[in-house]
Amino acid sequence: MRRASAIALWFAGAFVTAVAVICVHPRPGLAADDITAGQALYQSKCTGCHSVDADRIGPRHRDVVGRKIASIPGYDYSPAIKKLGGVWTPSRLDRWLSGTQKMAPGSKMYIEVDDPTQRRLIIAYLQSVSKPR
Amino acid sequence: MDIEQADIERVFEENRRQFLKRARIVAVGAGAAGLFTGTATDAAAPRAASDVGVIQTALALEHEGIAAYRIAGGSGLLSPPTLNVALTFMGHHEAHRDSLAKLVRQGGAKPVEPKSDADYIKGLNLESLKSEKDVVTLATSLEHGAASAYIMQITAIKNPKLASLFASISADEATHWATLNNAARMPIPKAAYIFA
Repeated sequence: MRRASAIALWFAGAFVTAVAVICVHPRPGLAADDITAGQALYQSKCTGCHSVDADRIGPRHRDVVGRKIASIPGYDYSPAIKKLGGVWTPSRLDRWLSGTQKMAPGSKMYIEVDDPTQRRLIIAYLQSVSKPR
Repeated sequence: MDIEQADIERVFEENRRQFLKRARIVAVGAGAAGLFTGTATDAAAPRAASDVGVIQTALALEHEGIAAYRIAGGSGLLSPPTLNVALTFMGHHEAHRDSLAKLVRQGGAKPVEPKSDADYIKGLNLESLKSEKDVVTLATSLEHGAASAYIMQITAIKNPKLASLFASISADEATHWATLNNAARMPIPKAAYIFA
C-alpha cells in the first residue's frame, strides 16, 4: 500500500514537473525568465498604445515576429512604415526599438528603448506570443 | 420577457442620461480650467514636423482614454462615487485633448480624429467588462500605459516647452493611476521608477 502510494506520488510529481517544463518553455530557445521579464517590460512600456490581440493606437502584437511589416488588414499604417518592406525578425525589431524614427522617419511611433537588455527581453516576449516559423 | 428587456433598456437609458448630465457639468469646469493653461500651451507650439507627429500620437491616446471613460461610464456598472471620479478623469483627458489638438493646428496639420465607438469597444475589449472592479482594473492599466507613453516620448520632442507640457500631462495620468490603484486595493510597486 505504502509502495503504491509512493509510485502514485512519483507519477504525480513527474506530471507536475512535465507540465511546469511545458509552461515555462513555450518556445525552444526562449528562457521562461526572459519571457516573464519581457512581459513586465511590455506591460510598462508598450501597453499605452499596443495590445497583444487588438489594434489600438498601434497594431496588435500577436504573431508579430515573422509577420510581413505593415500587413494587418484595416490598420492605418503610416506611409513610412509601409515603405519598409520585409518581415519583422528579432533583429529588425531590435533595430526598430532602438530608433523608430531612424529606421522609418515619419512613422507614428516616437518611443525608443535604449537599453539593449530591455529590448532583448521585450523581443523575447513578442516571440513568445508569435507562432514559431 | 419583454417587460424585463424594457426595464433593462430604461435603466441603461437613465444611466446614460445621468452620465451625460454629469459630463456636461465636468466639461464646464474643464473649460474654465483651460483658461489657465492657454498660455503654457501656446509656448509649446511644435517646432518641427516630428513634434506634430508626437502630438498626434498623444492625441490618439487621449481620444482612447476619453472613449474608455465615456463608454464604461455609460454602462451603468459604476457606483455614484466611482462615476464622479471617472467623470473628473475624463474631464482631464478632454482638457489634454483640446490642448494637443490646438497644438497640432498651430503646427499646420489636422488633428487626428477619434475612432468609432465600435473600434474602441473592440480594441479595449469593453464588452468583457461585467463589474465596477473590471472597469477600474482596465482604467488603471490604461492610465499606467498613458503615463509611461508620455514620458517615453519626451526625448523625441524638439520644443522644451512641449516636453514640459508632456511631463505635466504624464503627471496627471500618474495621479489617475495612483488613485485607481489605491481604489482597487492593489499594492504600491516596490521598485522605483514606476512608469516608463
